[in-house]
Amino acid sequence: MKYFTLLVIAFTALVLLSIQTSFGDEDQDDHHYAMFKREPGVEPVKNPLYEQECSSCHFAYPPGLLPEASWRKIMTNLNDHFGENAELGDADRLAIEEYLVNNSATHSEFRRSKKITRSLSPSAAPLRITELPYFKHEHDEIPSRLVKDNPKVGSFSQCDACHQDANKGYFSENKIKIPGYGRWDD
Amino acid sequence: MKNSYLLMVLVLSTYASVSSADVVEQLLVEYSGQSNVEFDSNKGKTLWTKSYNDNKDPQARSCATCHTENLAAVGKHAKTRKPIDPLAPSINAERLTDAKTIEKWFLRNCKWTMGRECTAEEKGHFLKFISAQ
Repeated sequence: MKYFTLLVIAFTALVLLSIQTSFGDEDQDDHHYAMFKREPGVEPVKNPLYEQECSSCHFAYPPGLLPEASWRKIMTNLNDHFGENAELGDADRLAIEEYLVNNSATHSEFRRSKKITRSLSPSAAPLRITELPYFKHEHDEIPSRLVKDNPKVGSFSQCDACHQDANKGYFSENKIKIPGYGRWDD
Repeated sequence: MKNSYLLMVLVLSTYASVSSADVVEQLLVEYSGQSNVEFDSNKGKTLWTKSYNDNKDPQARSCATCHTENLAAVGKHAKTRKPIDPLAPSINAERLTDAKTIEKWFLRNCKWTMGRECTAEEKGHFLKFISAQ
């Protein structure tokens, strides 16, 4: 009987924890990840060619921030890349596309990538990370004076302006520092 | 030990400068084969600040929009505002050391700035100008 009670308590604790992990705050998720063997955040960029070719102009967005269909669409239209010309030779373009697709949110086991995938319908192929329902949900409390109208930031596309460990794929709230404002904690 | 380190730096830097000059020379030969003009650093300088209007963007565009008029200075991407390392090889030894990279940026940036690819003649003038900085 005693063992049965213990078993019930242990089981209830496990259920409660997993509920918290599915619906809880992202930061709490990150602390619990070890118990569930899933990495927090998104996988950091590991491809030198992608980094070299794409980060000359912008932050090297980790591929796990967008689904496969988004990367495929982006990589077929590099001559009009959000209004800029970002053309590449065929060999480099295909190599980069392969890296992005293989490590996209669709195929990633990292926690935030999974959440991004879950926030989208399977056929969705948003071109911008800022269009993701998950992204919008995570940033909806931030007033525009801190980002868009903040001369030191200018746009939500500058992940690393505020997320200090963005290049490590880590976007937790305890690593946010908004230029001209300070730490962000909601 | 200190001497061997110095020697290594010397050898590497000599190698870098020689290879940069070689790359530029080779491209200039290629461009002159397609254009039959004498390339001129001054013409490159004039082209550098020449501005073009793009119908999608009210702001006129030139090379200096992002790279500034001083090639030894740090530039800034017009849209993302990401800093661009100086283009002047005298300041930044990595510049003009790889023909593929030079051609890639000519293609992208000529299209962005002028709405078309640069001619071999324009590229020759630009290369003369940039390599002298």
